[in-house]
Amino acid sequence: MTLPQLQQPPAIEEYAAPRSLDEALDALADGAATCVAGGTDLWVQKDEPGRAVGKRLVNIKNVPELAGIEVKAGRIRLGALVTMTQVLEHKDLAKKVPLLRAAADKFASVQIRNAATVGGNIANASPAADFVIPLLCLDAEVSLASMKAGKVKTRTVPINEVFAGPGKTVIAPEELITGVEFAVPGKNFYGGFAKTGPRPALEIALVSLGFAAYVEGGTLRDVRLALGAVAPTPIRARKTEAALEGKSIDDALIDTAAEALDAEIAPIDDHRGSAWYRRRLARAYLMQELGHAASG
Amino acid sequence: MPLQVDVTFTLNGRTTRVGVPVGASALTILRERLDLAGAKLACGEGECGACTVIVDGQSLNSCLMPAVDLEGREVLTVEGLWTDAGIDPVQDAFIEHGAVQCGFCTPGMIMQIRYLLDRNPNMSEDEIRRGLEGNVCRCTGYKKIIDAVIAAGRTATA
Repeated sequence: MTLPQLQQPPAIEEYAAPRSLDEALDALADGAATCVAGGTDLWVQKDEPGRAVGKRLVNIKNVPELAGIEVKAGRIRLGALVTMTQVLEHKDLAKKVPLLRAAADKFASVQIRNAATVGGNIANASPAADFVIPLLCLDAEVSLASMKAGKVKTRTVPINEVFAGPGKTVIAPEELITGVEFAVPGKNFYGGFAKTGPRPALEIALVSLGFAAYVEGGTLRDVRLALGAVAPTPIRARKTEAALEGKSIDDALIDTAAEALDAEIAPIDDHRGSAWYRRRLARAYLMQELGHAASG
Repeated sequence: MPLQVDVTFTLNGRTTRVGVPVGASALTILRERLDLAGAKLACGEGECGACTVIVDGQSLNSCLMPAVDLEGREVLTVEGLWTDAGIDPVQDAFIEHGAVQCGFCTPGMIMQIRYLLDRNPNMSEDEIRRGLEGNVCRCTGYKKIIDAVIAAGRTATA
């Protein structure tokens, strides 16, 4: 018996390590490049059929314009190269947006958090991407840049419009994620994140859920509910949000919301867990988060 | 012949120049080009921590670090802990507490613990467990490893 030949990924023909945004965009301009930063997803996948690296590898880690956390005038910008550890260790950020900290804290392991970047978690487009969940709750805008005929072109895309399917985004091959931006939440903002798998660390979420709202006197306003691993992309559960908007949290509302959520998600059976179990987790996390929000 | 790039970086205090294939990991280069076999290849996907090294002060899975990204960086591997002053207090504590069984996870464990203790020598047991969540010991000798971390932390603050 002969074993089937494994398809070898095409060889990488060129390497670039740009030192500025312009240089990086030039290196991406022909659409034949693959970016690498932390490598925590790409270096695992790069030899899998269908996920091969383009003919040019572009190491964007030394591009200063993609680094850093800025907090000013009621807005926060996270550069694409910001690592999960930097999110955790930034005091102002943790205080202003505990939701981000909560998600970064449940992200993989220390070594991975030291390398994995905000931009990478978006670009990898996993349906279970942990850090995308709080960004969805914050209505973050993803900043993209590209080089066209010697000119830098930029655009922003709301994060909920970025994902097109598992591993797929609307980001063009010549575009680079430069960062994400969102408004600092105001007073009375509750934000919570829940995630599980069979073990606490290094887990690809069976279900992840982010819940955020302004809570005043038990009444919910501006509700944002995001889930991972219950659909082909991370999603906002708009119908469930509508069922909660302006309402006071009580047992009847929790039941109504759980029903709405069940109708809105489409989890699959796979080797990590069944759709049945995922539905129950989603319901349990929603109930848990509503309970936390009600008790402040 | 895969595309090669020359990288220059500081490895355990010494300037090192080496040619690396563009698709290679830092771990492969350390082990196969630079003959430093301390960091181990086990899972190859960042789950087990056996390949942990410290790069620019951050502990990383070297199996997931592109070798080309070594350029200009400062890398510390378990081999670099042995200085004229002797072995590292973490290594001493491992010996003292019998924290080594088969030894395969040990270099990665020690590098991750070095990183954790440099940031906080007074970790609680919970903090130690969380700090080591990316390091797997298949002999499951965690109790003695944690005892060693507590002891090494005490040495550091004594």
